[in-house]
Amino acid sequence: MAEIKNYTMNFGPQHPAAHGVLRLVLEMDGEVIQRADPHIGLLHRATEKLAENRTYLQSVPYMDRLDYVSMMVNEHAFVMTIEKMMNIKVPIRAQYIRVLFDEITRILNHLLWLGAHALDVGAMTVFLYAFREREDLFDCYEAVSGARMHAAYYRPGGVYRDLPDLMPQYQAANNKSKKEMDRLNNNRQGSLLDFIEDFSNRFPTYVDEYETLLTDNRIWKQRTVGIGVVTPERAIALGMTGPMLRGSGVEWDLRRKQPYEVYDKMKFNIPVGKEGDCYDRYLVRMEEMRESNKIIKQCISWLRDNPGPVISKDHKVAPPRRQEMKEDMEAMIHHFKLFTEGFHIPEGEAYCAVEHPKGEFGTYIISDGANKPYRLKIRAPGFPHLAALNEMTQGHMLSDLVAIIGTQDIVFGEIDR
Amino acid sequence: MMDLKKNLLSVIKKTFGKKVLDSIVNNNELTIIVDQKNIISILQGLKNTPTLEFNQLIDLCGVDYLEYPKGAIQDKRFAVVYHLLSIKNNSRIRVRAFIDNNEFPVIETTTALWPAADWYEREAFDLFGIMFLDHPDLRRILTDYGFVGHPFRKDFPMIGKVEMRYDPSQKRVIYQPVTIEERNNVPRIVRDEGFHNG
Repeated sequence: MAEIKNYTMNFGPQHPAAHGVLRLVLEMDGEVIQRADPHIGLLHRATEKLAENRTYLQSVPYMDRLDYVSMMVNEHAFVMTIEKMMNIKVPIRAQYIRVLFDEITRILNHLLWLGAHALDVGAMTVFLYAFREREDLFDCYEAVSGARMHAAYYRPGGVYRDLPDLMPQYQAANNKSKKEMDRLNNNRQGSLLDFIEDFSNRFPTYVDEYETLLTDNRIWKQRTVGIGVVTPERAIALGMTGPMLRGSGVEWDLRRKQPYEVYDKMKFNIPVGKEGDCYDRYLVRMEEMRESNKIIKQCISWLRDNPGPVISKDHKVAPPRRQEMKEDMEAMIHHFKLFTEGFHIPEGEAYCAVEHPKGEFGTYIISDGANKPYRLKIRAPGFPHLAALNEMTQGHMLSDLVAIIGTQDIVFGEIDR
Repeated sequence: MMDLKKNLLSVIKKTFGKKVLDSIVNNNELTIIVDQKNIISILQGLKNTPTLEFNQLIDLCGVDYLEYPKGAIQDKRFAVVYHLLSIKNNSRIRVRAFIDNNEFPVIETTTALWPAADWYEREAFDLFGIMFLDHPDLRRILTDYGFVGHPFRKDFPMIGKVEMRYDPSQKRVIYQPVTIEERNNVPRIVRDEGFHNG
């Protein structure tokens, strides 16, 4: 009989289940993983170093490109830190818009996670379903900022502009019949809020559809129940946050525990897991989508009734309106100074964190009083999660590794920065 | 909120006494500055004292104070900043330790207290060249295999030192000195205090 020895195996960086550019060096005993050593950094762009050489406003679009499936929440943490250091009051309507788009982003992120996770484990259909809904949410992004992904919509002092009164519609094209066009534009007749409301009414049924496909699915349960179990104590010690921590039964959500913007006025529940395995984290995220949908509904009803400014009137941080610039010399100077020199942050330091779809996303800024940060540190939630991969996969089969990478919701934009 | 910070600070001062060199409350956040010698005992105390219980290491990062305006910082160049979170008491604290040696910065590892520190310390080593004593596996993490230098140090150019290209004659990828020039359209300006108030 041949002697069986441990051997090392290379997984990625070009592997469909590696979620981007993860390279794993696996030490295997047959099909059982003895040790997993993730090699990261293949997407390292030194965002923090670049930010040291750019004004604060120029760094906002870099934040979109960190976790490129939940763009606006990244911006949120960055602009919140700036606002905290400069003591800027954000108009209440802007706060509601931010909460609305944070939750849209959360659904956007969880839909990608769900599709990719299910695809890794072997269920093709969910991916197609999830991307159907993502399309609608990307249209919301586009309507409000002009970009489908990298929005740069949150600005220090508020948001770039108010929600549009008209939802953009599909234009006639050769490959679409009149009937098809009418169907596509059916829910785009009103404002953006009408469109989002229509979506939020449809969305619970969609979540039911995903759950029909997965929750009681025998294969899905065989692949996820009891896989990658993390005890609450270990989850805390390993620096896990967000659904990874809540899946282990720790009720910790920054939206509730350290509320920012108007989350303290929102009614929502925090789903918590019990076993700390992949299946519980799946259930937590599914429930989070439903809760996000509730928050979206609350924001819509408030935003409908309360018009108002959406960005600070302090022209040292937020540009004046075009109309003012044409009539007022001072407004013109403010605009010029803001987009050439940028604003200065008083000397000091601050750390602000938001409840990102993946966990706690925070930015730590050290300022020496200049128009650029002296040091910017981005606390990415995925970083400690991936660091825990070794511990989570030990003793599991190779095929379970794929399920564990899926459950961690890895995105390399934020891990490699 | 302010009272909470004051309470926290008084508890910390009672627990650690003179080991806390300085404390700053800035932007409603508490920072304590400690000596490098005491860093492990302080962090251990912060983690294990029942009234404090900072049981989660949220972030650990290196900072290079080389170009920081003079007078603000002692002549120490590197610092390690720890962000701790107490899930039980819902409070945060920042701990900063300056490192004595500017040429070869060394500090003790915290991996025994929080396993999460493992990768964070590898990152600080990679980007700043800070050595962590007794770290189990101090390798580079974010930069390329075989990278030379520590890119986040202030004396490391933003555009880097080498670039990579395919060389048709040697039929392989080679490294060569950078050919691009650094472009900085907005100078770094520090205005006098109160400049933006009027």
